[in-house]
Amino acid sequence: MIPAPFDYEVAESVDHAIALLADREDSKVLAGGHSLLPLLRLRVTRPSVLVDVGRLDELSYVRDAGTSIAIGALTRHHDVATAPLLQEHNPFVSYVAGLVGDPQVRHRGTIGGSLAHGDPAADLPAVLLALDGEIDIAGAAGVRTVASADFFLGVFETAVGPQEIVTEVRVPKLTAEHGWSYLKFRRRSLDWATVGVAAFARRSNGDIGEPAIALVSMGATPLRARASEAAWASGQDPGPFADEGTDPPGDTNGSAEYRKHLVKVLVRRAAEEASRH
Amino acid sequence: MRSVSFTVNGVAHELELEPRELLVYVLRERLGLTGTVVGCDTSSCGACTVLLDGESVKACTILGVQADGAAITTIEGLAENGSLHPLQELFHEHHALQCGYCTSGMVLAAVSLLAENPSPTSDEIRHALEGNICRCTGYQNIVDAIEAAAR
Repeated sequence: MIPAPFDYEVAESVDHAIALLADREDSKVLAGGHSLLPLLRLRVTRPSVLVDVGRLDELSYVRDAGTSIAIGALTRHHDVATAPLLQEHNPFVSYVAGLVGDPQVRHRGTIGGSLAHGDPAADLPAVLLALDGEIDIAGAAGVRTVASADFFLGVFETAVGPQEIVTEVRVPKLTAEHGWSYLKFRRRSLDWATVGVAAFARRSNGDIGEPAIALVSMGATPLRARASEAAWASGQDPGPFADEGTDPPGDTNGSAEYRKHLVKVLVRRAAEEASRH
Repeated sequence: MRSVSFTVNGVAHELELEPRELLVYVLRERLGLTGTVVGCDTSSCGACTVLLDGESVKACTILGVQADGAAITTIEGLAENGSLHPLQELFHEHHALQCGYCTSGMVLAAVSLLAENPSPTSDEIRHALEGNICRCTGYQNIVDAIEAAAR
């Protein structure tokens, strides 16, 4: 399938990208293109111009930012998965980046693109939500920082405006006290998650503190499973509460009812793994 | 139209491309390199895998204009001085194909894997082929061929 015609501009800086986006109303940012190009080919979306930010090498980095690790928005999944700084300070993020799609997808897809795209079936948004990460968004008025809890608004809808781009993502540094798990159920390894669960907690003397559980493909956005988190913190099995407040889709990968069952199983397993890990 | 220049298998090309032209069609229809095939056309099957600056990518999910300045390697570019690439030899030796449609993508995915990880385990090889589907399900011999190359 061939996409409908569009114009193509190459951004030479973040400011240039923002100016190019503002030139036309139905412009769209192109980074790795691994979410956008499939939609263009299906003609689900028909922007009149693509602004290619893929050559902004200054947005591809992993840096120590004190209490957090800063990841440039154009850092590819492959580079997030293999960055020594992340493997040392936040192996949760690097592990999950290594599970996105397949090797070819990870050679092109970027963390900023994955977040800005706002697909509720994507892996990294849930991890960011569980970690209370932060996202920097640049626009004509400058750079603003948005908490992950305020970032995901709906299916393919995020806090990123039409004339803005994501520039940086920050995740906390973890310590040996932190346990985490990411479980992704899918029929083929390259598929999107039928259901995914990101579980994260601080463990001390056998107790679970600050538990966070985020769900993939259980609603219009990645969701925190608050009832399960409360159960986990009080030493109960968090699994039975995992479908509370969810509104999963039904599709060829599974009905809504199936997903509501599956999420309970995966949350229990993820919490067990995070408690040990 | 947009002027784009890149090398394919070491040969420099300058082309005028429509932005919507996908790299796989640029390779096949403009340059006649039909060893890169279109399988699913939805970035799932990996039949169109090529190397972009040495790394495996799916040519059906990259615009030709995005490849401006890149060095592209297709299956036609692996043999040197008339001798097959070692992985091509080993795919032959291990009979790592049935219908052969996925083969060029499989070989290039394997070249990319071995560049990143010269001695992968059998498990790592299988994970590295997650993006390449063999519809004949002939995976065992493919994994055997790559394992032999890794030794």
